Amino acid sequence: MENINLALAVVFQLCQSLLVVALAPLLTGWVGQCRAWLQNRSGPGVLQPYRTLHKLFLKEALLADNASPLFRVTPYILFGCMWLAAAIIPIIAVDLPFSQAADVIALVGVFALARVFIALAAMDIGTSFGSMGARREMLVSFLAEPALLMVFFTSSLISHSTQLPHIVEAFSHHAFVLYPSLAFASIAFLMIMLAENARIPVDNPATHLELTMIHEAMILEYSARHLALIEWASSLKLFAYMTIGFALFFPYGIAEVGNWGALPLAIVALLLKLTLAGAGLAGLETILAKMRIFRVPEFLGTAFLLAVLGLLIHFLLGA
Amino acid sequence: MSLALSTQIINLLAAILLLIAFAMISQRRILSLINLFALQGLILTVSTCVVAYSTAQHHLYYSAALTLLLKVLMLPWLLHRLIRKLNIKWDVETLINIPTTMLAGIVLVIFAFDLAAPISQLSESVTRGLIGIALASVLLSLLMMLTRRKAVSQVVGFLSLENGLFFAATSATHGMPLVVELGIALDVLVATFIFGIFFFQIRETFDSLDISHMETLKDD
Repeated sequence: MENINLALAVVFQLCQSLLVVALAPLLTGWVGQCRAWLQNRSGPGVLQPYRTLHKLFLKEALLADNASPLFRVTPYILFGCMWLAAAIIPIIAVDLPFSQAADVIALVGVFALARVFIALAAMDIGTSFGSMGARREMLVSFLAEPALLMVFFTSSLISHSTQLPHIVEAFSHHAFVLYPSLAFASIAFLMIMLAENARIPVDNPATHLELTMIHEAMILEYSARHLALIEWASSLKLFAYMTIGFALFFPYGIAEVGNWGALPLAIVALLLKLTLAGAGLAGLETILAKMRIFRVPEFLGTAFLLAVLGLLIHFLLGA
Repeated sequence: MSLALSTQIINLLAAILLLIAFAMISQRRILSLINLFALQGLILTVSTCVVAYSTAQHHLYYSAALTLLLKVLMLPWLLHRLIRKLNIKWDVETLINIPTTMLAGIVLVIFAFDLAAPISQLSESVTRGLIGIALASVLLSLLMMLTRRKAVSQVVGFLSLENGLFFAATSATHGMPLVVELGIALDVLVATFIFGIFFFQIRETFDSLDISHMETLKDD
């Protein structure tokens, strides 16, 4: 019986991991398509990221002469980190074997690991753009990380656990309660998500304008399969952040391990949530304007403030 | 359950009130500042209505109506008219930069929550946890008055301070007697009129609403 349960859990884990890798570019494509519609363009279609990945994988990879091994392994580490993060999050099912391995704090650490490597690789070639991008990325992330931790602490205090599966269970299996602290935390999380995924008020993922780019500046030197892996990892990161958001603030419809009947429902619920969230993200990016880089600390300071306020309100009101 | 739900709603509204207080601190534009003040009044009206409904105290409906009339419609309208006449729309100058002010705000909130903890244990109403939030928004309004240089934003700070006090009164003691409330409402209204006259006087004397000009008065 034990073995069967374990095998089932592993199958679920595999299902989720493969689903995530397959779906992540679709989400990016969907966001891009929604943005195109909102800007009165016809748009490239939701499958465009797959075409881009396919094209990039077929190309010959070019490396700078002075590229070190670090530069070469970074795309794989990046992809691996994001995939691992996506395996920890309860996306379609709680109680997956991987999710026991790490709690939310370790999850932040996984994201940080990926960030350190991409920043090092950006500085590896020695171009000024790479160093500039790495510096800016570090500026953004060192402000975003404490805010993200505060958001996690708020949820953890309410559900008495730092394990994401327990948080999901605590929220989805109890009677509906209005948590003002969670409302604060969710706004903070949204702001952090925009900053960490290089979305519009902080960074524009579609730009190659030298003065404004952050993420794009770091990956300028990459080509072919390396670039494809990095793009894929960015899609996975967006997917992971969105699903963390669902797990913390809207954990309904996530199946339990071994409950095959709930699995189709969980996938449908996930797709529905992602569709809405992607459209919402595109809408948000359309109505917001790109900030000056010096305003970013203020933006992320506000996110930190909201997260801390959520924490304080939890202590005061107990809700 | 209905009591619990109303408590939840009041808690949520209180949290929004605190959020608006922070938004006011971080706001750079005077027009948005006034809109935020109107929104704060609206939240106050709703929360007063919810308290009135959940505790079946009908006189609170009157104060809710008074709040709606005065703080959501009348005062913002007056302020809008004033800034249109004075032709100041964009200039809000802060003494300290905004992130620092917000950090100071967090410290104030912690201080207020700590200060209110023993007081709220004395109160027996369902909404006693809210005294801390009310105190925090009063302190935040004070902070806004301290850190702003222009007279108009200081007046908005003063008015939102009164909002915080009103919220403390409804949440802790289910509202003051109607006579007191009427008196305060009238005071605030008259004060705003007088402030308006002051604005014109200040501008006529100094060609600007920056109150730092007043510091030079004593030198001559």
